[in-house]
Amino acid sequence: MTQYQVDKTLDARGLCCPMPSVKTALALEGMADSEVIEILTDDPVSKRDLPLWAQATGNKLLGIEEAGTTIKIYLRKG
Amino acid sequence: MSNKVTNQKPVTIVLFSGELDKAIAAFVIATSAASMGMPVSIFFTFWGLNVIKKEGGLLKGANWMQKMLNMMNYGHSRRLAISKMNMLGMGPAMLKVMMSRKRVPSLAEFIKTAHSLGVKFYPCEMSMTVMGLKKENFIDECGEVIGAVSYLSIAKDSQVNLFI
Repeated sequence: MTQYQVDKTLDARGLCCPMPSVKTALALEGMADSEVIEILTDDPVSKRDLPLWAQATGNKLLGIEEAGTTIKIYLRKG
Repeated sequence: MSNKVTNQKPVTIVLFSGELDKAIAAFVIATSAASMGMPVSIFFTFWGLNVIKKEGGLLKGANWMQKMLNMMNYGHSRRLAISKMNMLGMGPAMLKVMMSRKRVPSLAEFIKTAHSLGVKFYPCEMSMTVMGLKKENFIDECGEVIGAVSYLSIAKDSQVNLFI
């Protein structure tokens, strides 16, 4: 389905600001550098906030996919 | 936090208010900033001290005025009024239902999350002295008791400084 090798999936659907960023930060803590996290969210604001979050924290945004109401955000731990 | 960005400027928040809605606003900003790897300190002063009080212990303080104040101002993270439409407690009860329906964390959950993200909680020494409160009246997440100078020594280096 997706072009990325995903090491961890975080299902943050149903959560709204600021929890998708907070959960992402906590999830990345347990991951090694250059591993990829897939974040599932249905919070439209996350589409804007998570790329900014990645920029601020030095993690790389790989891409964003949308499937229905679910937004999939792919980050590589920097 | 394991984030690589270490040269982030601190975020400092003075929480003066003891209302649920204002406390949640403070904690939304605190947890977001902490998730971005920014060091966050919250300085709890005056009514804001209610947010980090332990449950129980109605009669705190040394003299009758402090005891009366603490009895009338009894509160903790699960028992706070809201700043508008409190309606004798109906407002906060309804707000909590509305928040949990949208899966917004409760204030108690926000406090735990903030603590696990490394947000520092500092109670204000002067308000504690006036109100007759002691360090043991506050939740375990609470850091050391500090004064205005200690707060300012952190705040002077921050670029985000809020008074709520």
